[in-house]
Amino acid sequence: MTPAIELQGISKAFGPVHANKDIALRVLPGTIHGIIGENGAGKSTLMSILYGFYRADAGEIRIHGTPVTLSDSQAAIAAGIGMVFQHFKLVENFTVLENVILGAEDGRLLRPSLAKARKELRALAEDYGLNVDPDACIEDLGVGFQQRVEILKALYRKADILILDEPTGVLTPAEADQLFRILRRLRDEGKTIILITHKLREIMEITDTVSVMRRGQMTATLPTASTNPEDLAERMVGRKVLLRIEKAPAQPGATVLDVQNLCLQDATGVARLKSVSLSVRAGEILGIAGVAGNGQSELLQVLSGMRPAQGQVWLNGQPIDIATPRADARTRRALGIGHVPEDRQREGLIMQFSAWENSVFGYHHDSGWQRYGMMQNAAIRQAAAAQMHRFDVRPPNPALEARHFSGGNQQKLVVAREIERHPQLLLIGQPTRGVDIGAIEFIHQQIMALRDQGTAILLVSVELDEILSLSDRIAVMFDGQIMGERAADATDERELGLLMAGMAPAGGA
Amino acid sequence: MDYATLLQVLDSTVRLATPLLLACLAGLFSERAGIFDIGLEGKMLMAAMLSAAVAYVSGSVWLGLLAGIGASLLLAALHGLASITFRGNQLISGVAINFLAAGLSVLIAQDWFSQGGRTPSLTGGARFEPITLPFADALAGVPVVGPIYQQLISGHTLPVYLAFLCVPLTWWVLYRTRFGLRLRAVGENPAAVDTAGISVVGLRYAAVMICGLLCGIAGAYLATALQAGFIKDMTAGRGYIALAALIFAKWRPWYALGACLLFGFLQAIALRFQSIDLGGITIPVQVMDALPYILTVVILAGFVGRAIPPRAGGEPYVKER
Repeated sequence: MTPAIELQGISKAFGPVHANKDIALRVLPGTIHGIIGENGAGKSTLMSILYGFYRADAGEIRIHGTPVTLSDSQAAIAAGIGMVFQHFKLVENFTVLENVILGAEDGRLLRPSLAKARKELRALAEDYGLNVDPDACIEDLGVGFQQRVEILKALYRKADILILDEPTGVLTPAEADQLFRILRRLRDEGKTIILITHKLREIMEITDTVSVMRRGQMTATLPTASTNPEDLAERMVGRKVLLRIEKAPAQPGATVLDVQNLCLQDATGVARLKSVSLSVRAGEILGIAGVAGNGQSELLQVLSGMRPAQGQVWLNGQPIDIATPRADARTRRALGIGHVPEDRQREGLIMQFSAWENSVFGYHHDSGWQRYGMMQNAAIRQAAAAQMHRFDVRPPNPALEARHFSGGNQQKLVVAREIERHPQLLLIGQPTRGVDIGAIEFIHQQIMALRDQGTAILLVSVELDEILSLSDRIAVMFDGQIMGERAADATDERELGLLMAGMAPAGGA
Repeated sequence: MDYATLLQVLDSTVRLATPLLLACLAGLFSERAGIFDIGLEGKMLMAAMLSAAVAYVSGSVWLGLLAGIGASLLLAALHGLASITFRGNQLISGVAINFLAAGLSVLIAQDWFSQGGRTPSLTGGARFEPITLPFADALAGVPVVGPIYQQLISGHTLPVYLAFLCVPLTWWVLYRTRFGLRLRAVGENPAAVDTAGISVVGLRYAAVMICGLLCGIAGAYLATALQAGFIKDMTAGRGYIALAALIFAKWRPWYALGACLLFGFLQAIALRFQSIDLGGITIPVQVMDALPYILTVVILAGFVGRAIPPRAGGEPYVKER
């Protein structure tokens, strides 16, 4: 059979960095082909070449046996390639219909194009189960539906090869299941699908064949049925990796954090936190699961002192001030509350500052780091170097600016800074977002070790796997409320998924 | 205020709103495509000077208009070069154009005519003549409606009618054509346009040049229709008022018409009633003259509710990896 896509000897360099080296890939028509690899392995570069965003320095691309030159997106679209980006390329205040026709209009006037697209969309909805209201405004749609619009855009342009880049990152488990159903149906109708992901579970669940990329090279292509997650992880990282962290049973002590009826309204008067109550004990991890944007970020911001709110919070039985603007992050840190913010680049680090400067932010008032307002730079540098060594930050160069480290190493810098103070309570948001498997393993081990030393840990993550593998107890947030709390070993993905979607699981718990 | 006075004020409102409306629609095209343009003022000023100069020398208002549009297009291209091609700061580029025009217009006028930085007065064919619409005089006797038709609707110069026609035209282009859809899209999310295989740069240049065209007409109107010649700083902040009107109008054409008429009305009032007597308190003429500018400040300070600008406005588009 002629492959739908055939790449041969594709190479692409950005300056001295070889993002892709001599890549060969064959994807058969009517299959779902997974491409897996760590961040920076070159997956996105390869797909950008396929979609005409970059020209390869060398190599040949054949689509259905015909050699093609993909000089821009228009050429890729003409070759029948459609792309669903990780960050949707939709115009938020346009309707679904307008987004679908943008760039694929028939003629200079809109009316006929819109009428034609409306008919076509109805047909596509029937063929593939892709139902979306064509007149809905994008900003009023949930992410699951926005993603469908992206798929519809590609199908409307007659794509028969569909590339999806990390499509499930923003979806609830239920939405992801729905997406997979759609993808299977597309495959059964003869479409070819390339799925880029770093989630091993998804590869195992939906793909027919899988290719592994590491450091710009395609290291293996094999039938999914003949491999397993451990094998794939090893091929990705180049060494054995522990996928599920080994943890001893928690030894919870006294209650460290007690939160009662926490309420928060944003500037426009919308309630972001609706009477949230929870508690965390010493030596245990409370995981907060939920789809992004359901109040988890606000919860972390309030507890860490980044914004005031209403309600009561006690730390070790002592009430702490959360209502006034004076209740700031510095006071919280002085109380022994460490914070690994969700967005390391905006809140965790100053990207233009060196690693050693970043290593004391939030603690720069401490007596060890300043005397009479003068920074003790030599001492800070020395401590930072030791810290980077302990946390295996690469390269271990304290003078390097934060922006020059990879995502995983940036995260290690932040985690190291907060953990090294041995906080009584550690707030962690998205500890492994955009971090590769090797670093995830390391960060998870550090969090576990901190728990075993008796720190109370509040973990917020949108990765359900992460919540399940680290937490002792799990609370699910939806629309600013705690939908329910479960012991980690007494629940499963299905139950949590329902809670994340705002539904109480049938049958009760 | 009697009926005749009211008509006079409204008539003058229409004249004064015209340059605002043209500039406001010019800004609308540019900003809807994601290019902020505070250089409307400079483009109008340069167009006013060159149109007056060419109209005087050639004796033809049409050549004057063309020259004005040419000058404005040149500055628009400069703004495009700085903010689209070289991805510079759009505000700084706009400010630079305003300074350039403020100085250069007077300098050139002084060099050519040696009349203290102004152009000689225009007469006859060097100015736009009022157009009398059919039956205007015949219908003048009809009560109420007749004078409205004769005084308010008939008897304006060509650019006035052009400006008002531009409102439905802009609406139609923006909401009923492919170009309009893409233009609005590129101001909201250029990445969506880029991945759809359409040139972001091309669209933005088109928008900036349309902006230049309309500013050119506005400037020519100031010097060859509203007044008879160019004088230093004759735009008097109209470019900024047009920007305020644009925000007031939330970047929509019909609203822009309303906003510009409001500003024109305030200017007309200030012109007609030099001081207003309110039961013993006399409002001095300075306050009246300042009214449009005060309203501008009030609008810009956000007292008219939240106006959401095009989301990608002001940011150069850089393809992400």
